[in-house]
Amino acid sequence: MKKLLCLALSLLFVLSLLTGCGNSAGKNGEVIVFNWGEYIDPETLSLFEKETGIKVVYEEFDTNETMYPKVETGASAYDVICPSDYMIQKMIDNNLLAEINFDNIPNIKNIGEQYFEQSKEFDPENKYSVPYCFGTVGILYNKTMVSDPVDSWSILWDEKYADNILMQDSVRDAFMVALKLNGFSMNTLDESQLQAAKNSLIEQKPLVQAYVIDQVRDKMIGDEAALGVIYSGEAIYTQRENENLEYVVPKEGTNVWIDSWVIPKNAPNKENAEKFIDFMCRDDIALMNFEYITYSTPNVAAQALIEDEDIKNSKIAFPDLSQYENLETFQYLGSEGDDLYNSLWKEVKSE
Amino acid sequence: MNKTESLKKKLLGTPYFIWSVIFILVPLGMVFYYGLTDRSGVFTLANVLAISTPEHSKALWIALFLSVIATVICLLLAYPLAMILSRQKNGRQSFIVLIFILPMWMNFLLRTLAWQTLLEKTGVINSILEFLHLPALNIINTPYAIILGMVYNFLPFMVLPIYNALSKIDINVINAARDLGANGLQVFLKITLPLSIPGIISGITMVFIPALTTFVISKLLGGSKILLIGNVIEEEFTQASNWHLGSGLSIVLMLFIIINMLLTAAFDKDGEGSFL
Amino acid sequence: MKRNILQKIYIALIFIFLYAPIVTLIVLSFNGSRTRAKWGGFTLKWYSALFQNRDILQALFNTLLIALIASIVSTIIGTIACIAIMNLKKKSRAIVMGITNIPMINAEIVTGISLMLLFISLGLRFGLGTILLSHITFCIPYVILSVMPRMQQINPYTYEAALDLGAGPVYGFFKVVFPDILPGVLSGFLMAFTMSLDDFIITHFTKGAGVDTLSTKIYTEVKKGIKPEMYALSTIIFLTVLTLLFLVNRVPSENQEKKGA
Repeated sequence: MKKLLCLALSLLFVLSLLTGCGNSAGKNGEVIVFNWGEYIDPETLSLFEKETGIKVVYEEFDTNETMYPKVETGASAYDVICPSDYMIQKMIDNNLLAEINFDNIPNIKNIGEQYFEQSKEFDPENKYSVPYCFGTVGILYNKTMVSDPVDSWSILWDEKYADNILMQDSVRDAFMVALKLNGFSMNTLDESQLQAAKNSLIEQKPLVQAYVIDQVRDKMIGDEAALGVIYSGEAIYTQRENENLEYVVPKEGTNVWIDSWVIPKNAPNKENAEKFIDFMCRDDIALMNFEYITYSTPNVAAQALIEDEDIKNSKIAFPDLSQYENLETFQYLGSEGDDLYNSLWKEVKSE
Repeated sequence: MNKTESLKKKLLGTPYFIWSVIFILVPLGMVFYYGLTDRSGVFTLANVLAISTPEHSKALWIALFLSVIATVICLLLAYPLAMILSRQKNGRQSFIVLIFILPMWMNFLLRTLAWQTLLEKTGVINSILEFLHLPALNIINTPYAIILGMVYNFLPFMVLPIYNALSKIDINVINAARDLGANGLQVFLKITLPLSIPGIISGITMVFIPALTTFVISKLLGGSKILLIGNVIEEEFTQASNWHLGSGLSIVLMLFIIINMLLTAAFDKDGEGSFL
Repeated sequence: MKRNILQKIYIALIFIFLYAPIVTLIVLSFNGSRTRAKWGGFTLKWYSALFQNRDILQALFNTLLIALIASIVSTIIGTIACIAIMNLKKKSRAIVMGITNIPMINAEIVTGISLMLLFISLGLRFGLGTILLSHITFCIPYVILSVMPRMQQINPYTYEAALDLGAGPVYGFFKVVFPDILPGVLSGFLMAFTMSLDDFIITHFTKGAGVDTLSTKIYTEVKKGIKPEMYALSTIIFLTVLTLLFLVNRVPSENQEKKGA
């Protein structure tokens, strides 16, 4: 036992030397970034560190809902966060966000005006957020496994595809699908509409293979399932990896979302946060990120730099939103609305 | 021993006593505080009674059901194993036991994730079955996969205490019984089994409680389709940010742990079947 | 004879059950394809990629650092506490031991949540510090529970004799008592180290921004697809522990200790 201990300790020592102490802050302090998983090209982070001397502390979340409590409690202070539309509205309502000083973000000019216009739905005066990515939610399907035409959410209720369907494991996205299927608004607070949506989800549950989030991507690439609900940004990536996959926006309409950079009130390094946002808005950096994560960028200057004509004109990467009807953006429904959705979702999950 | 000496020694414990008050008792008190108040800080039992709503009670029953099954399977698998191990020669014994603990050094999430790879529809096991022209095994994202994950992760916690209890049995007692004419089955029922009860009880506790309260295994192997009480509590804290409800349900969970402790104490008065 | 074979088969089956996932992980670490669903040929690239991956190495470093500090601190506090507990009256001893048992018996999720609530109400910044405090908290009981039995077996008169012969209390302790309880202290230390190393749930609730241990790192990665570097790392860790085990077993240990950690 003694020997084992000695060996273990010496091993530990060597390992700690090997891994080194990367703990020291950069010479110009640090910036703590809280972003979605797989939502940035890591190369851009090292570039930022190199150019500014600011160390990036990077942390990831998987849904808006898991991100929110961490910021609300203030237990860990973040400098820059990238939530979606309705969550930004919730954070503004609960007084969690700081106004951004746009003088410090000259590259803001690269962001298309229409995206700021769209942002007004959740950030009425464009004071708190800088758009980072946008897109739709749709169905990704495997052409070899699905014979029927895919143009409606209802195919996710088709018993032919039992155990071959992947649903999103987050409240609002799951209810969006069911509400749209039933022809309701995805921001409804109407009890009977929500009950109908809940019943649809319960009816669908035996057909669902699994409720997942980012795993939809790997599972679809690996031919694990025939149909999956997915964000448009993942479509290009998955098609590159598996050519049998196709992305569709259902005719009943869907969610048009924007993820934007925001700075929380308790940010310890607000100036660095603004530098970071500015850096992310630079055309070359936005292009790098677009090519890495393949989510549509609102950065018009970066869009112009894309060399691949197919991608540049891709309907998936840059959809012509005017061709769809019934598009909506999520809105924050108040804490009672949240509780209502949460409890209904729990009923679905525990069924 | 004189009084001042004894007092001095008692004082040595001060750091630990303070530590356990701040980091064990106060936090538990806070769970009770949150569990018994609502958002405006008024006393209420609603969060605890919320366990009776269909979705919560169902999650609790499923968790109880699955963890009882997993515990029984662990016991059935572990007992013969521990018996075989305890009969090995002394030199080899500790080595073989370590071999069975070794998987615990591999990260528990990764091990569970590996089962996902094995069980998936196009996973390793199904590829082998297909090669052999056998029907596919479709247990991923079902309760069976969760039970399998529980058994896999907690089996060592059942083997070790039983093994410890068995290896403490004096071989002379067994020899004496045989000399007096007892057959193998009698020796087992009258001597080996009763003497290993403390080990069994402690093994049951070590398996049952983590299985009952897990949220990771059901998430990874159940495809988030099966909600256990652990998942409900975790989501109240990390997603719904309703700490009061989460704490209230934790209090209910602790009731089951206390029941289990009382049962354990009734069987194992001297703490013989310790894990260590 | 027949029985012997049956026993061997049984052990082999359990062995396969326990090691199948581990073999899978090791195989995956040599898989050329990024997704685990496809086999993309044999490669060693994940091993070289591992040593370029700052995040994973940092998480490994954090994990080891936390485990080391937590196990050392809890071993010291726990061992000293044992001396005190031995000197308590029966009733107060029962109370203290009861409290000590709480973190071991309570559900990890409740322990994690309760500590999170405490840290938030104290206004602590979540990070390495809060993880350390929680790890020490759940490690101490393992130390106490492995030192106490040794402590109880000690003959109190040898220590008093040492004092009568003029040894100071500290000197007397280290010369007379400590050697006897050392095996208990060591196995308590190893136990604490292992528990800290493998913990996920409590860390999940008490960690802060940008501070990851291997467990929490893996948990975030699970949701978006594990990086093959992680398989490479766990293969290395596994093989290292396995080699250590063989080394220790080939050299007969001087103080034959039957009970492993």
